[in-house]
Amino acid sequence: MAFEGLADRLQSTIKKITGKGKVSEQDVKEMTREVRLALLEADVNFKVVKDLINRIKERAVGQEVMESLTPGQQVIKVVKEELTTLMGGEHSKIAVSDRPPTVIMMVGLQGAGKTTTTGKLANHLRKKQNRSPLLVACDIYRPAAIQQLETLGEQLSMPVFSMGTEANPVDIATKAIEQAKEEHNDYVIIDTAGRLHVDNELMDELQQIKSKVKPDEIFLVVDAMTGQDAVNVADSFNDQLDISGVVLTKLDGDTRGGAALSIKAVTDKPIKFAGMGEKLDELEAFHPERMASRILGMGDVLSLIEKAQTNVDEKQAKALEEKMRTMSFTFDDFLEQMGQVKNMGPLDDLMAMIPGANKMKGLKNAQLDEKQLVHVEAIIQSMTKKERHEPSIMNASRKKRIAKGSGTSVSQVNRLLKQFEEMKKMMKQMTNMQKGKKGKGMNFPFM
Amino acid sequence: MSFMQKLKNKFKQNEETEEVSEKYKEGMKKTRNSFSGRINDLIAKYRKVDEDFFEELEEVLISADVGVMTVMDLIDELKMEVKRQNIKDTKEVKDVISEKLVEIYYGDDDEKVEKLNIQENQLSVILVVGVNGVGKTTSIGKLAHQLKQQGKNVVLAAGDTFRAGAIEQLEVWGERAEVDVIKQSAGSDPAAVIFDGIKAAKSRNADVLICDTAGRLQNKVNLMNELAKVKRIIEREIPGAPHEVLLVLDATTGQNALNQAKTFSEATNVSGIVLTKLDGTAKGGIVLAIRNGLNIPVKFVGLGEQVGDLREFNAHAFVYGLFADMLEGE
Repeated sequence: MAFEGLADRLQSTIKKITGKGKVSEQDVKEMTREVRLALLEADVNFKVVKDLINRIKERAVGQEVMESLTPGQQVIKVVKEELTTLMGGEHSKIAVSDRPPTVIMMVGLQGAGKTTTTGKLANHLRKKQNRSPLLVACDIYRPAAIQQLETLGEQLSMPVFSMGTEANPVDIATKAIEQAKEEHNDYVIIDTAGRLHVDNELMDELQQIKSKVKPDEIFLVVDAMTGQDAVNVADSFNDQLDISGVVLTKLDGDTRGGAALSIKAVTDKPIKFAGMGEKLDELEAFHPERMASRILGMGDVLSLIEKAQTNVDEKQAKALEEKMRTMSFTFDDFLEQMGQVKNMGPLDDLMAMIPGANKMKGLKNAQLDEKQLVHVEAIIQSMTKKERHEPSIMNASRKKRIAKGSGTSVSQVNRLLKQFEEMKKMMKQMTNMQKGKKGKGMNFPFM
Repeated sequence: MSFMQKLKNKFKQNEETEEVSEKYKEGMKKTRNSFSGRINDLIAKYRKVDEDFFEELEEVLISADVGVMTVMDLIDELKMEVKRQNIKDTKEVKDVISEKLVEIYYGDDDEKVEKLNIQENQLSVILVVGVNGVGKTTSIGKLAHQLKQQGKNVVLAAGDTFRAGAIEQLEVWGERAEVDVIKQSAGSDPAAVIFDGIKAAKSRNADVLICDTAGRLQNKVNLMNELAKVKRIIEREIPGAPHEVLLVLDATTGQNALNQAKTFSEATNVSGIVLTKLDGTAKGGIVLAIRNGLNIPVKFVGLGEQVGDLREFNAHAFVYGLFADMLEGE
């Protein structure tokens, strides 16, 4: 079926080869064919794919791959390197004008997520760089677009500049900058109108705004799910407006996001940010290398590690380890742990980042439901302090009370208690193993 | 008579179909320029039907978002057909290509399937679902407007309580179409809004209730469960409802549209697709992939920003729109 990743498919091709002592040109051809299909399936533009495949073929047929012991992995490595080079380095910096306010213009097609991204970007500027942005509602066409930005402004408690739907977008933008100067807003983010497709009228309007306000940044907002057309969209916006960067939205979906590669290849402008969720703080710096893995259908371990690092306090982790060793891990600790895991983001996202997780049969279909976590949380919160520390005192009437208090059933309470005991046992085994004989207990091939 | 001529003749028969095909022709101008134009170029470039020709044809189809798997199938079938009919000249292969495309569009269905399922003398409920930013609310507005003009009594339920400004957006459409909008405040339970909508539609003796929902990416399990719950409420309140579950797809979406169609179908049993933004540079080739893989009919297409530009899908007209240049040339 079309839904399996390149990694799976390549692996089956590689399996055929592993028996052989040498890799022939034909084998390489077969492998690059798989790569080509995978890239096309990921919506990478076919022209971009063509160039890429030619380069990969050159390198793959060369000594680099043919003489290596693991030609399969080597091909993946070459592909990944090529993709990463193509996507360039990380660029999540936003320009700062030496004469504030710095003006950012958001452009893009309808439904790409311009307005939401405007809100997210403002939030990012305030949170990460301590700025005070002014949001400007220049989309006078779409019904309720202004209200949408105003609501976002309310949620963020940030000022929104609007002049209704009758005013001219160029005037709105100009007046907004005047106001920003008076009110000492150091950033002005202009949300412009989108169109169903690139048309002259829209471009004229955007060009007028551009020449009037002379923005320091023009961000093109593109839906990560866009197909082959992404190239045309990016190309025409870049052609007319000379954009300074790209924001890729809806990357929290399950799209492989080949559009990213196409856009970078055509415009050669950096993809600066990625929209990773519906909430206003879910805007992340764009990581080209991780995107390469994603387009190829390989997991993203790096992101996972980074997420764990930023969200798990080191001190807390130390204390936890101590508790695990001494078996004094309680339901309170458990609750805290769950909070940390939840901070890392949606569970499915975490799962998707583990390479090979999609290959484990059980996991593939396991529906990670965050509502379940809410139930668990409710059960623990319905326990008394004593119960949380000494689950052994639990009896039928206590269980009944907890079930009632948390709106669950006794069997759900029982299940949690059992899982908790098992977890504790497992933890003890794990910590003993680490403490005891290092290197012997965990015999990984790469150690 | 060639297949293309048959298709052409079909649209010259009476005025009504001519109007429809003109609309498609106009709306799909950009689409066509890049699609049939490229096939024409291809045919001009290659005299002989050979491997290179097929490879480039493959690229043309893929660039229209038709999808790798569907393209592979199609090319294989074409190759066989070419062999069987012993076609050497690329000009002749043109006919076979369009015939195969129409075949995929139609599948085994007859044309009636594309009609919207509206009950007579009884409330019909239409649930509208889809990912973020595809044009759900706009499509609902246009649909409401059209149904109203057909003399139907329409009520809208503002079930998108999540996105900022969504309720206001639907209200603006409600005003334009002069239909009632049932709403609660932002952030309230969508199932409750839909429940209210059903009650209101019943008491007002409405013919059609259209339920808006918040956009959601199909891999968010809890949000998909929420959607399934909304559908259950509708099922419980009105036996046989919802009469239509319309999945709105953005024609510029790539292969992810397949995942969308698949997952939304699992949660809500999608009965039809609304393909929006087809008047862009998009090729809408994804319809082929969805037809080929999942067999969900396209019921409406968005051919422009005007209210009347939401059109009932007509596969013949669609293919005619794709190939109009080639047909006119004959």
